[in-house]
Amino acid sequence: MTVAFEEKAVLEFKGRMLMMTVLLLKDLDPNTLHRQVSQRLEDAAQWLRDAPVVVDLAQPEGADQVALMAAVDTLRGLGVNLVALARNEHLDSDTAAMLGLGSISLAGGRDVPRSAEPAPQAEQPADAGHTLVIDQPVRSGQQIYSRGDLIVLAPVSTGAELLAEGHIHVYNTLRGRALAGVRGDQSARIFCQKLDAELVSIAGIYRVAEDLPEQHRKQAVHITLDGDAMRFADLK
Amino acid sequence: MTKIVVVTSGKGGVGKTTTSAALATGLAQRGHKTTVIDFDVGLRNLDLIMGCERRVVYDLVNVINGDANLKQGLIKDKRVEDLFILPASQTRDKDALTLEGVEKVLEGLKDMGMEYIICDSPAGIEKGALTAAYFADEAVVVTNPEVSSVRDSDRILGILSSKTRKAERGEGDIPASLLLTRYSPERVERGEMLSVEDVKDILAIDLLGVIPESQAVLNASNSGAPVILDSESDAGKAYEDAVARFLGEQRPHRFLTANKKGLFGRLFGAQ
Ligand SMILES: Nc1ncnc2c1ncn2[C@@H]1O[C@H](COP(=O)(O)OP(=O)(O)OP(=O)(O)O)[C@@H](O)[C@H]1O
Ligand SMILES: [Mg+2]
Repeated sequence: MTVAFEEKAVLEFKGRMLMMTVLLLKDLDPNTLHRQVSQRLEDAAQWLRDAPVVVDLAQPEGADQVALMAAVDTLRGLGVNLVALARNEHLDSDTAAMLGLGSISLAGGRDVPRSAEPAPQAEQPADAGHTLVIDQPVRSGQQIYSRGDLIVLAPVSTGAELLAEGHIHVYNTLRGRALAGVRGDQSARIFCQKLDAELVSIAGIYRVAEDLPEQHRKQAVHITLDGDAMRFADLK
Repeated sequence: MTKIVVVTSGKGGVGKTTTSAALATGLAQRGHKTTVIDFDVGLRNLDLIMGCERRVVYDLVNVINGDANLKQGLIKDKRVEDLFILPASQTRDKDALTLEGVEKVLEGLKDMGMEYIICDSPAGIEKGALTAAYFADEAVVVTNPEVSSVRDSDRILGILSSKTRKAERGEGDIPASLLLTRYSPERVERGEMLSVEDVKDILAIDLLGVIPESQAVLNASNSGAPVILDSESDAGKAYEDAVARFLGEQRPHRFLTANKKGLFGRLFGAQ
């Protein structure tokens, strides 16, 4: 495995961050927490039990460090996959580090309603299925997210990122990253007029630029998922 | 009507100041009353390129802070009528450049009847560059034909589409055009540099001009005269063309092909 490959894998991690679950704690009492969390985990689908979790506190102002430690221990004891603490003016990265957690700012994050029984397809966020159409170039450093399909009629630059819960269509050159089916829809597809991407991903399965099939480079393609394999086909 | 133009790039050292000086001088030569402002606080350069460094008394920050009024801060060019320079400050305090302060200066210049205000942006995508761009009506994006410069220009274009006053007011993107500088057709042919077509394809904006890599630019900055005044030089001519296009004229692009065919190549090189 080359160093370059490992670096790309870090980029994929960024794509997956959107799939993290935020656990908002309104009370830190270990007993109540233990009871309610174990109940919820029993009901939850496997993917929710495995999901990386960010702990957020409803009342961070008065949060007592000892109570916080006890709560985190309780959650860990139940097998909750804790990865980070939501940062704000009351909880800094030092507090998170003390708990053995990373620190994440949730400001700017998107709230996605999550039911306890989330068959991926059955979830219907308010604007699910809505198609987002972009007709300006998507430039380096910009990120576009669609709850449904995403259609881009202009070039997508290196360093730009397209994310869609559904399909992604790029009727121009795709040089950036395109991640379709970001909430797990394996039937999502990517269509693009000229494939020169840094990364393409469907439902978390991805290929980096280096691994794109030679014959499809700079060509019009149609990308689908077949199990764990990505399939590339000519669009012509 | 006053038009505020930001000359920006993201990446440093690509030719923003050279371009700001040439563009402002070219507009003034054509009778448009123009001021060029150096926004590069702490690294002032424009006064050197304009050859007025020995006449600087006050600067942009002095005017913003009210130590001097606008008329005292402006330096009138000695060679070209209708051309004024507002130098940057040597002070290290970049925070002195507030948006309110800059707005006040721009309003003052409008009241003086300036037709064009050229804002020479510092490098980067941080506060300094955003301040220079905030009030702009139009952007000239200076890019060198290499990958990192193109990437940074792309980045700055994305930022311009959301961080100008016009964008914040929902008046949409400001028009932006591309000035490709330090272009060396020989190196493009050898595959060492991106071609005009490559850069246009990536950035997807209008091409204002292509300025060749030229000794004339170095001579100009050494003698403190904007290269556009060296009207026999390749770079001077290319900037002259760019100014004409900026004002809406159609002109074919020159200096795009290697010069190995000698005079013939010069005359017929441009497609
Ligand atoms: N067309 C050209 N041919 C040769 N040299 C050039 C050309 N354009 C600019 N230069 C040189 O490149 C250097 C940087 O130019 P300039 O100061 O205009 O860039 P800048 O983008 O303003 O830099 P900064 O980001 O530091 O403000 C200078 O030494 C200048 O003489
Ligand atoms: Mg400069």
